[in-house]
Amino acid sequence: MKILVFVKQVPDTDDVALDPKTGNLKREGVQSMLNPNDANAVECALQLKEKFGGTVCAISMGPPQASRTLKTVLGMGCDEAYLLSDRAFGGADTLATSYTLSKAAEKIGDYDLLLCGRLATDGDTAQTGPALAAWLGLPQITLASSLAVEDGWVICDRKLGDMRQRVKAKLPAVVTVTGDLNKPRYATAMGLMKAGKKPFFTWDAAAMEADTSKTGMPGSPSSTKGVFEPEKRTTDTKYLSGEMVDIVKELVDSLEAEHLL
Amino acid sequence: MDFKLTEQQEMIRDMVREFAEAEIKPLAKEVDEKHMFPVETVKKMQEMGLFGLAYPEEYGGSGAGQVAYMLAVEEIAKVCGTTSVILSASESLASWPIYKFGTEEQKQKWLVPQCKGEKLGAFALTEPAAGTDAAMQKSRAVLSEDGTYYTVNGSKIFITNAEYADYFIIFVMTNPELGTKGITAFVIDKDIEGLTISKPCNKMGICGSSTCELYFDNMKVPVENRLGAEGKGFGIAMMTLDGGRIGIAAQATGIALGAIEETVKYVNERVQFGKPLSKFQNTQFTLADMQTRADAAHLLMLRAAWAEEAGVPYTQFAARAKLFAAETASYVTNRAVQLFGGYGYTKDFPVERMMRDAKITEIYEGTSEVQRMVISGSVLAGKG
Repeated sequence: MKILVFVKQVPDTDDVALDPKTGNLKREGVQSMLNPNDANAVECALQLKEKFGGTVCAISMGPPQASRTLKTVLGMGCDEAYLLSDRAFGGADTLATSYTLSKAAEKIGDYDLLLCGRLATDGDTAQTGPALAAWLGLPQITLASSLAVEDGWVICDRKLGDMRQRVKAKLPAVVTVTGDLNKPRYATAMGLMKAGKKPFFTWDAAAMEADTSKTGMPGSPSSTKGVFEPEKRTTDTKYLSGEMVDIVKELVDSLEAEHLL
Repeated sequence: MDFKLTEQQEMIRDMVREFAEAEIKPLAKEVDEKHMFPVETVKKMQEMGLFGLAYPEEYGGSGAGQVAYMLAVEEIAKVCGTTSVILSASESLASWPIYKFGTEEQKQKWLVPQCKGEKLGAFALTEPAAGTDAAMQKSRAVLSEDGTYYTVNGSKIFITNAEYADYFIIFVMTNPELGTKGITAFVIDKDIEGLTISKPCNKMGICGSSTCELYFDNMKVPVENRLGAEGKGFGIAMMTLDGGRIGIAAQATGIALGAIEETVKYVNERVQFGKPLSKFQNTQFTLADMQTRADAAHLLMLRAAWAEEAGVPYTQFAARAKLFAAETASYVTNRAVQLFGGYGYTKDFPVERMMRDAKITEIYEGTSEVQRMVISGSVLAGKG
């Protein structure tokens, strides 16, 4: 079984700040991490490999420093890593990103299952996985909170609010997974020491025969108009005291006055 | 000259940091309050290969080296002093002497499973009447007439990991007339007949580390369990402690850095006289001193770890790192509690625990006074 798992290096979720002047994300001094849902996808891939054997290829599009994230997932147990890095990929929206990822998938070829995290914590769009399936013409399952492979099918539970939907798709297919799927393992010391010896490929647009009018800025029909922090709402706390009956009356009166009842 | 860590060292540090934040920090308060040995955490650390960081692959380790190992101890100590010393006691004190002085058979029996995370080790040198004066060992071992086993009687005190250790390195007098030259090292399994382990001591800090007494009652230890030659035990113990001190320096540095992290959060939030504490110069200057000392401790610790890894003599580097880091941990945590004010004195914030945990680093694996003896000996001999 050959599994492609798509991972992204994102700023540490607990450590995000916006530049108040430019509205851009402050990246200086901010720690990077493996996107949390992608860690679930990696764990899922490794569990399938443990069950069925095969190869897990990790793919990431990003600047050269994203190689650190790929080495981390190699340390967790992935077999091969592919860093898609080219100035022509810069400024990509989800359409251009998914196109670039699809070209890598085509070049690696021979895949049975493609796994992505449900969304990345920086962009929060949840579009890249589905768009990747579209570019490759593959069936897709999103929001998977369970995943099993049986007789050439992938069977998942989809988490839809308080409802659960069980669906299956014929392999090869794209599945995006949620944090409920599993608890990702940590890389091991031995894994990290051996990560440097595993196959690691860095591909640019030419290496994947990617059409650069579809990558990066030129391939991105959407652009970010602005980023801002929502204004913090001020709360007005009122403490009620006295007899219970009076408190209740005052509370109800206040709520009615605010048209909340 | 290059102060940069290798990519692998950074990745191991980051992995341990992530693990410590997610898995160890949430338990640290409970470990302290309930004097709870963190069994599950230790198991996870074993699975991640943290107990074999310092040893080569041929003995079940990952070959990451001393620097990576010390960074791991430091990261863990940032959030939990107890958990960091469990690692250091097993990986340094209970493994290094076997790695250095053990037979191939002994390495396969104890070192390999320790590194692979299948066995936890403990180191037993101190006795009720032999602390810093380690030569005053009262425990005795007598060789049987057929020369196949030693009969061991005596006791040990303050033994870290004791209740959870699978094996112990013990130091016993085989020839009392020879003083330190009459001390011999042995490795014993936890289930050996004649070994009794007491309940844990009720300590000020590192409360979950299972610090117990060992009693040896006509314990028959096979000759093949002897570590090194008869009479070489004192040297083995002292050399082992040289390396162990780097671990304690890493622990102490970690405790200091952890206290600084907590303090920074607090002084940015706590408002007095209309502004956060961080806006007061007293806070700023105190934090500057705390950070500078912690940074110096970190560098001294890394120098000692680097020296051990590079095969450079490290006794002096280790003693200085341990002395400075331990006193830094006590200073920094004391200042942290002061900046927290009344809240710092409560168990609702972690700095009071860190202050209690810090104190032990000035005492165990050679007190600060012993480090000063080691260091001054070298200085007065004109060796710097």
